[in-house]
Amino acid sequence: MFYREAGDFNTSYKQDNQTFPIKFDRWRYYAVLAVAFGVVPFFINDYWANAVFVPFLIYTIAAIGLNILTGYCGQLSLGTGGFMAVGAYAVYKLMTAFPDVSIVIHVILAGGITAAVGVLFGLPSLRIKGFYLAVATLAAQFFLVWLFNRVPWFYNYSASGQISAPERTVVGVAVTGANTEAWAKYMISLVFVVACAWLARNLTRGTIGRKWMAIRDMDIAAEIIGVNPLTAKLSAFAVSSFFVGISGALFFSVYLGAVEVGEAFGIQKSFLVLFMIIIGGLGSIFGSFAGAAFLVLLPVLLKNTLVGGFGWATDLAAHFELVIVGGLIISFLIMEPHGLAQLWRVAKEKLRLWPFPH
Amino acid sequence: MKDTNESRVTEDGRTIGGILMEMRNITLRFGGVVAIKDISFDIREGEIRAIIGPNGAGKSSMLNVISGFYHPQEGDVFFRGEKRPAMKPYQVANMGIARTFQNIALFEGMSVLDNIMTGRLTHMKSGMLAQAIWWGKAEREEIENRELVERVIDFLEIQAIRKTPVGRLPYGLKKRVELGRALASEPKLLLLDEPMAGMNVEEKEDMSRFILDVNDEFGTTIALIEHDMGVVMDLSDRVVVMDYGKKIGDGTPEEVRNNQDVIDAYLGVAHD
Ligand SMILES: Nc1ncnc2c1ncn2[C@@H]1O[C@H](COP(=O)(O)OP(=O)(O)O)[C@@H](O)[C@H]1O
Ligand SMILES: [Mg+2]
Repeated sequence: MFYREAGDFNTSYKQDNQTFPIKFDRWRYYAVLAVAFGVVPFFINDYWANAVFVPFLIYTIAAIGLNILTGYCGQLSLGTGGFMAVGAYAVYKLMTAFPDVSIVIHVILAGGITAAVGVLFGLPSLRIKGFYLAVATLAAQFFLVWLFNRVPWFYNYSASGQISAPERTVVGVAVTGANTEAWAKYMISLVFVVACAWLARNLTRGTIGRKWMAIRDMDIAAEIIGVNPLTAKLSAFAVSSFFVGISGALFFSVYLGAVEVGEAFGIQKSFLVLFMIIIGGLGSIFGSFAGAAFLVLLPVLLKNTLVGGFGWATDLAAHFELVIVGGLIISFLIMEPHGLAQLWRVAKEKLRLWPFPH
Repeated sequence: MKDTNESRVTEDGRTIGGILMEMRNITLRFGGVVAIKDISFDIREGEIRAIIGPNGAGKSSMLNVISGFYHPQEGDVFFRGEKRPAMKPYQVANMGIARTFQNIALFEGMSVLDNIMTGRLTHMKSGMLAQAIWWGKAEREEIENRELVERVIDFLEIQAIRKTPVGRLPYGLKKRVELGRALASEPKLLLLDEPMAGMNVEEKEDMSRFILDVNDEFGTTIALIEHDMGVVMDLSDRVVVMDYGKKIGDGTPEEVRNNQDVIDAYLGVAHD
């Protein structure tokens, strides 16, 4: 009854093309933005920032990136962790080499460098598909981690082999380094996630997005309507890696502060982000948010209830988490390949007709 | 049916121009199987050209040669009098040749509207950066092309299913959407591989009407493969008959119908 498009008439194709064609959706979206920018920063503390908000926002960027490649263009990648590492090491090298340049520019450049690396590792996709491509990206994952471990130039010859982010500021406020406040970490992550989501949304609803989806749905038919598979696939690798690189750069510089590559960007990370888009929804920007939120919140929730509430042992709770995630992945793959985003859509559809389902 | 390049006007007032596309001595082999054996024929501007023949005759293979999926071992393809180099399918599409497939090849995960919008891709030139910020050219281009696509949707009378995911549509409508996607590209040459296969009488009539209207209103040249002899006789200006990879007849529907080779090889056993 409350959720209606009655009285909402789209009188031009421009209106019909909007991201949120129903007014109510648009308001809710503005409300979320208003709370995210205007309310949360004033209440956020270290615990909420580090346990929930900052990882949620940064993983969302990675999930958007992988979703473009896998969800929109149909190219399965297990190299997300490796590409996040490229972003992290790129931003580290830039931060230390050009300390006077803004960190924001460094993060964007790190995305650009990762895009170039992504295109390089995307080249095999022109010849191989599906499972074999996944194996090729897996090779990229291991190669990149190995590279950053073995070549001291990448970690500036530090004795520990780690990289750690020096302090950098945006308009006078520290956003990296030990003195960064919770709200500043949150804000810079939020700004990047909103910008990335906006860019991704524009790309996926336009010409290039249709090319990607055409390749995903049927590559033979895509060719017949004039899509060059070479440029379509490589552009998906480039754009995807750009976002994943930004995510890796922020993950290192803003969130963790110091990184050992195998630990932070190992194969587990690739799977984590892949699970996010499967649970959240393949081929959906909103699903990238939903999946990231879900997999960031789940361990926090379980820890608080099982360990805090019922007094379970920590490792038992951790195992229980694996069981839940595994079960969810399987059920989503079998029952709802479009993930939480689709469940949400179906719920809205029902609500729109309620209480007169016919 | 001489090899002149002059145009003529048909009984129903359509103009048929010079030779648009010519296949010269095409031979296509798959290992030991000879799918097409030394076939030559041409397609004139503005005409509806039918290719008929029993199953396995090599008709689809011929369309695949034209659209760049198969590359013949011998023979050449001429487009507007010029020999066409070996091309990839997307390059052929960019020359203004669109097609539909015998087994529907739509993008199942996308809506009807998006599927037909993909037909406009060869006309949309805005860069990736402009699209990313959805500014200026990108948005303008999207809206202009959307208007054209809406005209195709109106033409095919599928307004009501505009936003439906293609995967949910019945067979007959999918065929129509696939035609829509091809039409949206405003092709110079439209290739239709069995556009009416598996349809009921009413759907066939609709489809015939669309094909005639496309040809008549937009002057689009059409080459189609069809099994239903009645439909072929009604629609086409000229017919190529294939059997076991060979051309056994070529001419107006009348001529073909009275050709003894064709009667022996095909008409007697048709109407499956
Ligand atoms: N890709 C292919 N590989 C091997 N053989 C093929 C291929 N495509 C077609 N053929 C063979 O070529 C012959 C003609 O097939 P086709 O062109 O599909 O006939 P039609 O469309 O007239 O029914 C058949 O014998 C078929 O098996
Ligand atoms: Mg066929």
